[in-house]
Amino acid sequence: MQRTDAVPQPATLPGLNRETIVNGMVVAALLALPLWAFSVGEDYYVNLASLITIFAIAGVGLNFAIGQGGMVSFGHAAFFGIGGYTTGVAAFHSFEETLFIAAPLAVSGTNQMLLIWVVAMALCGIAALAIGAISLRTEGVYFIMITLAFAQMIYYFAISWPAYGGEDGLSIYLRNQLPVMNADHPFTFFSVCFVLLLGVIFISAHLSGSRFGAALGAARMNETRLATSGINPFPVKLTGFVISAMITGLAGALFAELNGFVGPSMLSWHRSGEIMVFVILGGVGRLYGPVVGAALFVLLETYIGEWTEHWQLLLGFALLGVVLFARGGVVGLIAGKPRHD
Amino acid sequence: MLSCIAVSAQADIKIGMITTLSGGGSTLGIDVRDGFELALKQAGANDVELLIEDDARKPDVAKKIADKFVQKDKVDILTGIIWSNLAMAVVPAATRKGTLYISTNAGPSALAGKACHENYFNVAWQNDNLHEAMGSHANRAGYKKSFILAPNYPAGTDALKGYKRMYKGELAGELLTKLGQDDYAAEIAQIRASDADSIFFFLPGGMGIAFMKQYAQSGVNVPVMGPAFSFSQDILPAIGDAALGVVNSSQWGKDLEGDVNAKFVQGFTETYGRLPSLYASQGYDAANLILSAMAKADVSNKDAFRAALKEADFASVRGDFKFGNNNHPVQDIYVRKVVKEDGQITNRTVGIAIKDHQDAYASKCRMN
Amino acid sequence: MTAALIFEQILNGLQSGLALFLMAAGLTLVFGVMGLINLAHGSLYMVGAFCCAWVTQQTGSFWLGLGGGVSGAAAAGALIEMLVIRRLYDRDHLDQVLATFALILIFSEGTRMVFGSMPLYLNIPAALSGSLTLPGVEAYPVYRLFILGAALAVAVLLYILIAKTRLGMRIRAGESDREMIAALGVDIKTLYTIVFALGAAIAGLSGALVGALRSVQVGMGEPVLILAFVTIVIGGIGSIKGALIGSVLIGLVDTLGRIFLPVILKFFMENASANSVGAALSSMLIYLLMAGILAVKPKGLFNAAN
Repeated sequence: MQRTDAVPQPATLPGLNRETIVNGMVVAALLALPLWAFSVGEDYYVNLASLITIFAIAGVGLNFAIGQGGMVSFGHAAFFGIGGYTTGVAAFHSFEETLFIAAPLAVSGTNQMLLIWVVAMALCGIAALAIGAISLRTEGVYFIMITLAFAQMIYYFAISWPAYGGEDGLSIYLRNQLPVMNADHPFTFFSVCFVLLLGVIFISAHLSGSRFGAALGAARMNETRLATSGINPFPVKLTGFVISAMITGLAGALFAELNGFVGPSMLSWHRSGEIMVFVILGGVGRLYGPVVGAALFVLLETYIGEWTEHWQLLLGFALLGVVLFARGGVVGLIAGKPRHD
Repeated sequence: MLSCIAVSAQADIKIGMITTLSGGGSTLGIDVRDGFELALKQAGANDVELLIEDDARKPDVAKKIADKFVQKDKVDILTGIIWSNLAMAVVPAATRKGTLYISTNAGPSALAGKACHENYFNVAWQNDNLHEAMGSHANRAGYKKSFILAPNYPAGTDALKGYKRMYKGELAGELLTKLGQDDYAAEIAQIRASDADSIFFFLPGGMGIAFMKQYAQSGVNVPVMGPAFSFSQDILPAIGDAALGVVNSSQWGKDLEGDVNAKFVQGFTETYGRLPSLYASQGYDAANLILSAMAKADVSNKDAFRAALKEADFASVRGDFKFGNNNHPVQDIYVRKVVKEDGQITNRTVGIAIKDHQDAYASKCRMN
Repeated sequence: MTAALIFEQILNGLQSGLALFLMAAGLTLVFGVMGLINLAHGSLYMVGAFCCAWVTQQTGSFWLGLGGGVSGAAAAGALIEMLVIRRLYDRDHLDQVLATFALILIFSEGTRMVFGSMPLYLNIPAALSGSLTLPGVEAYPVYRLFILGAALAVAVLLYILIAKTRLGMRIRAGESDREMIAALGVDIKTLYTIVFALGAAIAGLSGALVGALRSVQVGMGEPVLILAFVTIVIGGIGSIKGALIGSVLIGLVDTLGRIFLPVILKFFMENASANSVGAALSSMLIYLLMAGILAVKPKGLFNAAN
């Protein structure tokens, strides 16, 4: 599951380097926590693990844009929120038994998660296509800021549009359903999230290893070189941006299910910042970085919040410490330099 | 923050308070918390375990804390949320799963009407109440042309709706501003250009501070009125003299007669070294409501405890207090005027805006 | 809607735009010279307002308070430059965003620990209160004219500083070639600290001036920070001239949009929905403006590099 631009490096065991070991341990820990909690009947910890898993999925999405494509998006909350609102709106219409669109063709709400995921990802893909088409004309700081601007636009729209609750948001009274399983059961829901996380990590790794991933990586490092080799970087980057948005949108849909609630706070610029924090805390471009980052963030927020109401101060210092002294994030700190350096 | 008041190993009741203690708007949460704790202290309640945690005004953080309180700490009652959007994220799910929720501040219309629930009690007000009271006051004051403005979000549009529900005159203008906006030069110019004889605004927190300061400089002299949220004791000092003379509506005032209120105001001022706001009074009442129910029933018997809560057999700082069919207050709402007392800017109660007022959504609630 | 009212609203837009310029100027200066995205610029604005409110309260003089606000923000700026920011110059934008995002958390909570949660009292000085009659405008607050004048003065002073002084020469040289100027014996470290503190001082000035008219509270810097970013991106990052034009453009579009959109929409729909649609659209307007400008000019209107 390494990246294609990686240069083979003498490893002690074939195919097993330190980062792989760290990754394995991270996955094992993420699975062990809810398993233990489930066995002793502590639903709270199972849900906490689901939250980490969902945030990790959002991070994997952004990591694909930043780490693979060099596209520093400060507006991924837009996709997180669109995913969430898809779930919320579908559940709302299903619960109220009203139509989402009455004419010209009748579209009703649904409580089928699988369908909602597909729609959520499709909508995020379309939104990313539009946002990316304009934003990718810019680069550097301009790209950071224009993605932020688009997210803000959607945020203000959500706050002031009364149909789906405005700032109050929408409650999802009954969790949507999956075939066969009971998605309302905390551990079942965690398992679903966990499998999806492994799925998106696999896809992300697979794409990175493909011809497309190589082109995207080349676009990150040197657009001109890519262009001279006969590939237009723009569609490559746009595709990468869309894929990234779809993954983050899936996370948003799951987040709404977990909380039983959607609201504009899912779209706020703080949220974009947080998703970025997952990626950087863990280590940019590291496949499992967002998992570590999301876990650290959630645990810090939860446990410092218990000790003191000044938790945001400590969180600030913790983040600052990682940026200044742990370049390459926590995974980088533990696993050493990535092989491609 | 996790603080425990009771040290006894076996507290009779466990209460989880989710409130805003950091960032913008934290004064409201701090006042609710302090009022709540004061009531417990004054009652000498050592059989109550109170867990408090900061939601940072984020719906998903509030939801996470609620889950922890319910699933891990197994609290009997949740309380403390300040904002409607946070309440909407937490309350419907929690009450459906059988946890009692006592609202100390937010009263969104959904929870008073169609989505009312037997486990949800609001000890403060339904969101529209204070605005309705102001509309009713405007009629009595003889205003015929009000200019009304509020931020463009549900609580804002509800505020304008509430005012218009009672107000009988015509409107000189109606503006929806941006949430968080802090410059009102353009809006004030529109007011000046209109032929308004009064202004009603709902701009909570910093928005209201900014509006009042800028209005005072504008040379426009139309009388201003609004709900207590822009003239509560936590922000009046920041507005300063610009607020003097403004009329506002509140279900409580620190000068309301009665021993309970006197004890509350004195105790609060002595303990915390500042004057209480209406939020503090709501926290205080919430704690006393719970204590009154505990005296009548054991919390493990949900039905009996709920019935005891519904009786609202406690001495409220605002005098008479009872719940309507939807577990929201039926109460008097007062008119207050901002004055300077001993160098401090504060509110003086000048009359009753509306008596025995019940919210407009109660009839949509199927409970009785 | 009379012509006089339209004129007054244009003046309001101009004034709010220039107030925004004070915030954007420091941000664009720091980016232009050091290539740094500083999300904590809004925190320096907040520090300026709080210091001003505190000093005014202690001394009873707004002018001393203003001095306190400017120097407090400059000191805070110099401090974080030496402790944190300096380590970020050769990092990528991603690290800069995260580190300064962390600084926002630290500043907000730190300010609350020092000054408490309640908004502070800061009012405009008696000498500048009240309003004036202007040609075409019945009454315009004196203090708003004062902010307008202060912003223009800052713009002129910045221009003189950068174009005419020795420090400005070094700043310009530093922008174009960092190694070269270091090789010429200029102490680049000190130069950067000075520039950063200068940017912070302007942010502090802005916080103190505008704080007196709005509200001094924790978190006050965040909305204005985002607006300032939109401004400098529209104007072209690093360009003071771009920041000036960008901020006026935003002030006008925002003010006129929120007043006139509902009025215009009333020709097409009923009153109530015109109000709510108008308000919703106008809150998105500046972001639409930004997207539109960047779609045509991906590097803003006045890119410093051109």
